[in-house]
Amino acid sequence: MQIPYVVDTRPDTGLYNGKLGVWLFLASEVMLFGGLFSAYVLLRMGAPVWPRHALNVPMAAMNTAVLIASSMTMVMAWASLKMRQWTRARGYLAATLFFGAIFLVVKFFEYSEHLRAGENPAHSMFFAIYYTLTGVHMLHLIAGMLAIAYFLGPGARMMRQAPEQFTNRIEAVGLYWHFVDLIWIFLFPTLYLV
Amino acid sequence: MTPNEPVVPDVRRYLLVFAALLVLTIVTVAISALDLGRHAAIAIAIGIATVKASLVAMVFMHLSHERRWLLWSMGAIGIFILGLLFWPAWDIAERLSR
Repeated sequence: MQIPYVVDTRPDTGLYNGKLGVWLFLASEVMLFGGLFSAYVLLRMGAPVWPRHALNVPMAAMNTAVLIASSMTMVMAWASLKMRQWTRARGYLAATLFFGAIFLVVKFFEYSEHLRAGENPAHSMFFAIYYTLTGVHMLHLIAGMLAIAYFLGPGARMMRQAPEQFTNRIEAVGLYWHFVDLIWIFLFPTLYLV
Repeated sequence: MTPNEPVVPDVRRYLLVFAALLVLTIVTVAISALDLGRHAAIAIAIGIATVKASLVAMVFMHLSHERRWLLWSMGAIGIFILGLLFWPAWDIAERLSR
């Protein structure tokens, strides 16, 4: 039996099923990060002192630019698929993966710097919530990278066999990837700047 | 374009939003270096982050072209999140002021 509405939109929702599923998943993800941000607010406001500028702002600002660039390449991959430019789409997907890897490398150096200074999660409430928020975000980024790698590797066969379905799949992965970028957009000023 | 129309790639729009996001990031970092006071700094930083997040959601995630029910559902979630953030903040601030 064929799965319905993988390409066409359902008349009642106006979305194909994959997109509806991703949006529902993202709604649950908002609850996860919302709870974590709420915990951050509670901890910060309840603490007698809260460190400011304790983190590496230039590194985080660079990572913000890297993630924004990755969102741009992700949406361009989808746009290229819509225009049936297969090679270009693969290039944009590879670029997204590359930017994701850069983010992880920068994060590795950032974590190393803090751990060398003894600033581990047990150091203070600030570093406990810092590692929790950035760690959960990083896990989401890695999950997104695995999905993109799949569509560049074994999943790429569908690109020519069922191009419209493949384009929709990339759009769905893109929605998730942009969400990961969106979370970082809030993490950056919250943890690093104010 | 208005909601409920099929999503059509708009490369020029994506490039403009990309540039705007980078400029807003630079602005956020520059403003944080100024001594504006804690409350003003937080309000400005979160305000700019909200504008950036809206650009990502509306343009890169195509929310501006999706069905209205989806747009409103995500808006409701956004309001719920604001409640999650500001309710505990307001509660603690009130307790501390007693």
